[in-house]
Amino acid sequence: MSENITPEEIIKKGTLVFEKTKLMTDAHLSYCPGCGHGVAHRITMEVLEEMGVGDQAIGIAPVGCSVLAYDFMNIDMQQAAHGRAPAVATGIKRLYPEKYVFTYQGDGDLAAIGTNETIHACNRGENIVIIFVNNGIYGMTGGQMAPTTLEGMVSSTSPYGRDLGMTGHPIKITEMLAMLPGVCYATRHAVHKPGLVRKTKKAIKKAFENQRDKKGTSIIEIVSNCNSGWKMTPVKSNEWLEENMLPVFPLGDIKG
Amino acid sequence: MTEEIIIAGFGGQGVLSMGKILAYSGIMQDQEVSWMPSYGPEMRGGTANVTVILSDEKISSPVLRNFDTAIVLNQPSMNKFEETVKPGGILLYDPNGILHPPTRKDIRIYKIEGALEASRMKSSKTFNMIVLGAYLKINPVVKMENVLKGLKKSLPERHHHLIPLNEEAIKVGLEKVEKVS
Amino acid sequence: MEEIKLMKGNEAFAEAVIREGVDAYFGYPITPQSEVIEYLMLEEPYKRTGMVVLQAESEIGAIHMVYGAAGAGKKAVTSSSSPGISLKQEGISYMAGSELPCVMLNVVRGGPGLGTIQPSQADYFQTVKGGGHGDYKLIVLAPASVQEMADFVEDGFKMAFKYRTPVMLLSDGLIGQMMEKVQLKPQKARLSNEEIREKYGSWATIGHKPEERTIITSLELKSERQEKHNHKLQAKYREIEKKEVRLEKFNCENADYLLVAYGSSARICQKTIQLGKEKGINIGLIRPITLWPFPSDEINKAADKVKGVLSVELSAGQMVDDVRLAVNGKVPVEHYGRFGGMIHSPDEVLEALEKNFIK
Repeated sequence: MSENITPEEIIKKGTLVFEKTKLMTDAHLSYCPGCGHGVAHRITMEVLEEMGVGDQAIGIAPVGCSVLAYDFMNIDMQQAAHGRAPAVATGIKRLYPEKYVFTYQGDGDLAAIGTNETIHACNRGENIVIIFVNNGIYGMTGGQMAPTTLEGMVSSTSPYGRDLGMTGHPIKITEMLAMLPGVCYATRHAVHKPGLVRKTKKAIKKAFENQRDKKGTSIIEIVSNCNSGWKMTPVKSNEWLEENMLPVFPLGDIKG
Repeated sequence: MTEEIIIAGFGGQGVLSMGKILAYSGIMQDQEVSWMPSYGPEMRGGTANVTVILSDEKISSPVLRNFDTAIVLNQPSMNKFEETVKPGGILLYDPNGILHPPTRKDIRIYKIEGALEASRMKSSKTFNMIVLGAYLKINPVVKMENVLKGLKKSLPERHHHLIPLNEEAIKVGLEKVEKVS
Repeated sequence: MEEIKLMKGNEAFAEAVIREGVDAYFGYPITPQSEVIEYLMLEEPYKRTGMVVLQAESEIGAIHMVYGAAGAGKKAVTSSSSPGISLKQEGISYMAGSELPCVMLNVVRGGPGLGTIQPSQADYFQTVKGGGHGDYKLIVLAPASVQEMADFVEDGFKMAFKYRTPVMLLSDGLIGQMMEKVQLKPQKARLSNEEIREKYGSWATIGHKPEERTIITSLELKSERQEKHNHKLQAKYREIEKKEVRLEKFNCENADYLLVAYGSSARICQKTIQLGKEKGINIGLIRPITLWPFPSDEINKAADKVKGVLSVELSAGQMVDDVRLAVNGKVPVEHYGRFGGMIHSPDEVLEALEKNFIK
């Protein structure tokens, strides 16, 4: 082997097993090591690339950890005010019915401050895709309680564990949204294991196909971890997710 | 020429639409016009009034304290607007439901039995046009041909078959108006 | 020549929006401006021009729909009245920060809180001094007639796209509910998606290849860069202040006293000039058409020739602050206005002028 070996010499036709999609930028991801956001971003962009619609897609970044999603997703993006992504998406999609419009939102954005915008966009059956990352905590702002925080779960605003009597139950908003006639597809997935990643990607693809076929709103909830906010190692957080999050937020199709 | 008019009564008496027809008639003879309603809960059955200004010049304030003419169709409006008529101005009212008739001596007062005549015509909807006719007899600010054009403009097409009835009502008003003082 | 119509201010605005070739209206009903969305729904502009009209779930939803559409290079409009405009402040600040064009209408009613549905001019501070968070300005046009409710739609969009900034039409229940003659402009064609790509494709999110992609955001986590962005906004505002001031003068030549009033109050004050003449009092009026940028220089110059300046608004005294700054102590400046939904008459304005400066 020569010392001056180049990547091109290693990567030859037939030996390539993985290539980063061009619809992800080369920017260094701002997410914590072990966080599910990076995978969720990548498979969303892979789907758009595989469908050949990257230059016809417009994404909406929320407020939350993925506020900078536009630094990583290499497509046209708008950043929305906290919770308002579905309204912003409505404004775009109504004027560009042929484009692929999606929101990428966290649990605080979608299921707390943005409930109004979310429910009404879904109820109108806006022909958009909503990717909803649920990690049960406000990661960006330092680990405060989210609407999806589990009973007894410790956060900086529920330091003695979430008290259901005081703050209500973890909200199952995807099940709620599935009730609306405007929603054609509501499903819950996870990205902490390779097999689950493949399933999630399939679901995202189905959602964008629904949009292409003008079927209405598709919502894909991704139950994810927050090892920083949960104060666990990445491995431990994935185990905790399986043991604690999934019983409350079971995976699988809810509608469609 | 500038004519500043207040029309006041109960919601449902056709106060606002009478003002609108008057304003449209003004437009038909190339005048400047403004129509400023009281709005809000009045729309739901309380008192309603509208200020209509017809002028040969650009209209400044659509809001006024005093008027050349007050057309008064209920007692609360009489209480409020009798005093707002400029000296030498016109007060036209329908005595139906008026317990305290106007008392001012420095204005010209007329009455029209609008409600009574409307019931004779078997159509309560003609009430406001009877009153309009009475006003136009006292003060022909707009020509009759322009009133008919104004009617056509302000009524939606599906109501155009009612124009002859409205025209007849205006004629009744022209005939039946009486000078009080 | 277009036909002359008798219309309410709110209806004239709505029809002008269609004729301007606007792409979308997003709104939520509130008195005294519900005629805007009612008119649009009845007119079905989607059949006339393809324009989208949508009743949103809230004023907040509506302004963020405008944000989305504007970010994609489209001409978008929303309208509301005071409490609803308070709700929109979040989106307005985001649009100013993201440099997005739009035209908004506030048909002001009396406040604070739920207040009254009657006319008021008490949203001057909210509109001119910020309203939402952060260092930003709105271009503010104050229509004083039904005709201007229509005309300012076109004027507003010209400036909104020239400077990529939101424009507010600050009206009130009087101008919105009043009917006057209005002459409407002929229908403009909406821009095609190709034309939008040509004109605004460098910034609008209309779908691009990765190397040409566009981002609409008001976020900048690095303070140095956020300061730079703020400098850019401020430079734009200075340019607007230099180029876009609009005002109207009445009887200012030999006036002894000056009224400053905008919108409906300016109409009322025109009658006060006439009443003053009848009593031998020579009164002038400056009517700011743009409330921001404010015609400070003209007011300052006019103050040289008069004994006193009365700022007249349907509020407890808001614009009077800007009039005082403009006059800069040359002569006394006082405020007069009814508020809470009450409307001063031309006579009351004259009485206030006499009380303050003559008697």
